[in-house]
Amino acid sequence: MKYVNQPVPKKDAMALVTGKPVYTDDLAPKDCLIIKLLRSPHANAWVEEIDTAAAEKIPGIACVLTHKDVPKKRFATAGQTYPELSPYDRRILDEHLRFVGDPVAIAAGETEEAVDKALKRIKVKYRVETPVLDMHTAKDNAILVHPEEDWEAKVPVGADNKRNLASSGTEGMGDVDEVLSRCKYTVDEVYHTKADQQSMMETFRTYCYMDYFGRLNVVSSTQIPFHLRRIVGTALDISPSKVRVIKPRIGGGFGAKQTSICEVYPAIVTWKTGRPSKIVYSRYESLICASPRHEMEVHVRVGADENGIVKAIDVYALSNAGAYGDHSPTTIGLTGHKAIALYRNLEAYRFNYDVVYTNVQASGAYRGYGATQGIYAVESAVNELAHKMNMDPAIIRERNMPLEGERMYAYDGNITHATSCTMDRCLARAKEMMDWDAKYPCRDMGNGKVRGVGMAMAMQGSSIACVDVGGATMKLNEDASYTLSLGCADMGTGCDTILAQMAADCMETEFSNVVVFGVDTDVSPYDSGSYASATTYATGNAVVRACQELREKICKLGAKMLEASPEEADFDGKTVTCGEKSVTIEEIAIQGTCGNCQELQVTSTFSSTMSPPPYMVGIAEVEVDKETGSVEVVDYAAVVDCGTPINPNLARVQTEGGIVQGIGMALTEDVQYTEKGKIRNNSFMQYKIPSRQDVGDIRVEFESSYEKSGPFGAKSIGELVIDTPCPAIADAIYNATGVRVRELPILPEKIAMGILKQELE
Amino acid sequence: MKISFWLNGVKREEEVAPDTMLLEFLRSLGCSSVKRGCETANCGLCTVMLENRPVLSCSTLALRVDGKKVVTLEGIQKEAEEFGAFLAGEGAEQCGFCNPGFIMNVFAMLRELSNPTEEQIKEYLAGNLCRCSGFVGQTRSILKYLQYKKSQEEEA
Amino acid sequence: MLKIKNYVKVESIEEAWQLNQKRTACVLGGMVWLKMGSRNVSTAIDLSGLGLDTIKETDDAFVIGCMTPLRDLELHEGLNCYTRGAMRESLRHIVGVQFRNCATAGGSIWGRYGFSDVLTMFLALDTCVELHHGGIIPLAEFVRMPKDRDILVNIIVKKTPMKTVYLSQRNTKTDFPVLTCAVSVTEDKVRAVYGARPARAMLLEDEKGILSGFSEMSEEERENVISAFAGYAAEHVPTAGNMRGSEEYRTLLVKVLTKRALKAAGGMKDED
Repeated sequence: MKYVNQPVPKKDAMALVTGKPVYTDDLAPKDCLIIKLLRSPHANAWVEEIDTAAAEKIPGIACVLTHKDVPKKRFATAGQTYPELSPYDRRILDEHLRFVGDPVAIAAGETEEAVDKALKRIKVKYRVETPVLDMHTAKDNAILVHPEEDWEAKVPVGADNKRNLASSGTEGMGDVDEVLSRCKYTVDEVYHTKADQQSMMETFRTYCYMDYFGRLNVVSSTQIPFHLRRIVGTALDISPSKVRVIKPRIGGGFGAKQTSICEVYPAIVTWKTGRPSKIVYSRYESLICASPRHEMEVHVRVGADENGIVKAIDVYALSNAGAYGDHSPTTIGLTGHKAIALYRNLEAYRFNYDVVYTNVQASGAYRGYGATQGIYAVESAVNELAHKMNMDPAIIRERNMPLEGERMYAYDGNITHATSCTMDRCLARAKEMMDWDAKYPCRDMGNGKVRGVGMAMAMQGSSIACVDVGGATMKLNEDASYTLSLGCADMGTGCDTILAQMAADCMETEFSNVVVFGVDTDVSPYDSGSYASATTYATGNAVVRACQELREKICKLGAKMLEASPEEADFDGKTVTCGEKSVTIEEIAIQGTCGNCQELQVTSTFSSTMSPPPYMVGIAEVEVDKETGSVEVVDYAAVVDCGTPINPNLARVQTEGGIVQGIGMALTEDVQYTEKGKIRNNSFMQYKIPSRQDVGDIRVEFESSYEKSGPFGAKSIGELVIDTPCPAIADAIYNATGVRVRELPILPEKIAMGILKQELE
Repeated sequence: MKISFWLNGVKREEEVAPDTMLLEFLRSLGCSSVKRGCETANCGLCTVMLENRPVLSCSTLALRVDGKKVVTLEGIQKEAEEFGAFLAGEGAEQCGFCNPGFIMNVFAMLRELSNPTEEQIKEYLAGNLCRCSGFVGQTRSILKYLQYKKSQEEEA
Repeated sequence: MLKIKNYVKVESIEEAWQLNQKRTACVLGGMVWLKMGSRNVSTAIDLSGLGLDTIKETDDAFVIGCMTPLRDLELHEGLNCYTRGAMRESLRHIVGVQFRNCATAGGSIWGRYGFSDVLTMFLALDTCVELHHGGIIPLAEFVRMPKDRDILVNIIVKKTPMKTVYLSQRNTKTDFPVLTCAVSVTEDKVRAVYGARPARAMLLEDEKGILSGFSEMSEEERENVISAFAGYAAEHVPTAGNMRGSEEYRTLLVKVLTKRALKAAGGMKDED
């Protein structure tokens, strides 16, 4: 292996660091119509009358569209494999407005000024109704978020629009209540997480144009080019064959762009007017009408015997879908599955859930995808259990964690026993890195400040078993270079690079000899997209397969040129040798372009029947100011088992970035609503993601297992890394202060007031 | 209104509306490295140098650069490549969208502080948000770059 | 979106004042705040050609031009020496260097924003503002005045011997403050200022004389009066809740920050 497991710089690095025009808005034609949306000021209202005549008269306005102008066909914006598990509950524009920010009208014009003016001139008469804003009372509420008859769930996921349910269900094994009643120690608590925002630096944006074949070209900052092709087709009620999607470089996604947030608006404008158009969401729009994490309240009951063997876990998750159900039936599964599966000695478990519709911003996919909420709750409950037992939280984990070859419960990825797994080594190493035994539980720093440590385990998956499809095309070019075409979506993560590293090693060639191309749905091989921690594992396997087949084809043509049989042929990356005779790859490549019937390009597809989990342990050290409640994460030790890290640098940065997002979720990122359901944290002034000053040391190491089903032994890493900070930091704060906060974010006020309350008691 | 100014060392005379902000103005002149990440002056993506000081182009009226020198990443490509190699060497450029503003401010910092400590780096660059990297890789790249520059100076 | 019809780079303060008499006109500061609004400005008045972007230090005062960037205040040696670093401390948390290169001293003071670190800091100093028509008046008085159409020209800080300490509590390092607190100790009195209550910064007078003789006290005595004054402050500084913190938490912070600031300041005769 020459390139796999090496810290190769990304192929696109130089273009990015020199600020080249490679993103959607940099590439958009100058003559694009500018699109803006008129948005609902009400959380639940109906458009009774809408008059666009005055707006349309403004010079430069190309069109103003309302619900009357769009197909009366419902669709889902979630980027998922068809048939989507998400309900078909949206229209491009609807007369029923279901949250503050729901679009009322689309205005497109030649200048921003004209469009701004047009938006002001649209006259709307609203019939305002009482909204459902509290997720606790949403289920079976008399007010329905989706009263419409054409609402549809394509797959049975326990959804019922007449009950405000986007999904519900129950799973389990054994008699949880009975086992819990036998447990010497139990914890019974509720944990609350907010609708956190992905906050990628590039907001949502898309431009569209018609090509010479009369087809709609959609250039978009998306993680899901192929699903997008279908979504746009369905929304516009045209054949997806009329739609081509191109993904340029993307300024971050983290799941936000696994939903089609803004594509349908320029799509319909360009389809109707024939003119190129673009939409660029403001940060404000990206924070009020996009696709944040599902707010959840997770009720955990967990019990252990006197030796700290965890015998039963009972999880009830109440998840807030918001106004539309995209990703709602799918995120919720992970909340139970990935958290309960962390405990291998269970005699019983139960996982019940309701995902409810409410009149707030719809949720979507955010890194961790439901697992983050579940792991925060279950790992926090287990920490509380350890404290109740007077047991070191590390020891309770050592006695219950997943071990290679041992039983795994509740996991949804077709795995009953852990495959590759080094969780034990991850924990041991993380303890060592943090000097856990010396630092646990806390140290008084003597200046009114106290430092505490806390830990958590986590696991995720590697692609969705039996669903996700990775695709790769490998082609030998005339000059003996290779082109690797991909349908997955590099969003800054570096998947184009790591897949090229794999291809280079498979073909025994130089990394620089592999050209990467992606994504254009007209030419790229089908790939379900970059989400669900799928790309390294699923697309990686497709790359390996494509290369293997291409090697065979190269051997075949080489043997033919040498007038030998292919069985004799041996290829070392430079020459094909048959006995004494040999021919170079350059000669074969040229032969491939002249009088040749042997294809030198291979498309391979891969889907896995199982989803091998990556694992990690995170330990946080925090310093708390006992008077003000200020908390700093001074150190974070993380040890990850992602199988073979294909590119250790990129895997490390993924981990560091995920941890900092987790720190934000744990400590600073809050979502507050007004009484009328309007989001107050609607800018980076109010929604506080961590700055570099809010982050201390982050130390990442790998304890790599070898996953036999993965390419070069690799599993995934993208999502796992956001899962440990919330429970680890919450417990570190508890260990420092004795204050347990069960609602995120843990702002200084909650700690200070908690300490004050303790003192009064 | 008409203004004349220096953009990346080249004198320009341009017509600009009274309410055009420098960010949109520079992008319209082809400086697409200048990015917008927010509307509230919080993200630092739009950082450019104005008279050798880093400023937020989103908050600077285009008219106010009349008679002044503006530098964007397009104007310091060689330096960007040199430092960028260190950033990419850590994998910390990630999606790249915050890179131009960040790199502009790194060079602004190095004009003021020849040998910044890690704390000084964090404070100087606090106004440059990044959601991919978790920042620590960016800091590593700066420290390594400084070391490299130092060894270069010693050689010279 | 901010709309501006005309832009005038004025050649005198008087010209600026004349133009500013129209209600729809607007004097430009650093624009970080202004550009967020959706105002229709008839005439944007730019003072940046008047040389008001400097800090002039004389024997007995600092004269800070209204167009001085916050970053220059932060880096000014004289000011920081005089305030023992409190000036820098009051500024370094404001978003980022680029932001502070844009935002101006005049803009920050003129706006009299509730969240203002700058206003809190200057209220703790012996500060006057120079208004084109209103003349030179104490900052404490200016803070209570309604906004009018005058022009803020200079901020004047007298070099009264004092020890100054600035503290703030924030939910993140570069966020708006949850509470700001600045104290200054002179020979004969102590001044305590609280901002981000969340209302506009206010000066708390030591009406009961709890701190009288502060500079002469022993450490023990001082500890006692500090604690008494912190309690007094918590009772007399009105706070309220907003997105960043509740009324109760802010009042707790008034107490904690007062105590810490006074302790850090110490008496005038203390060795540093």
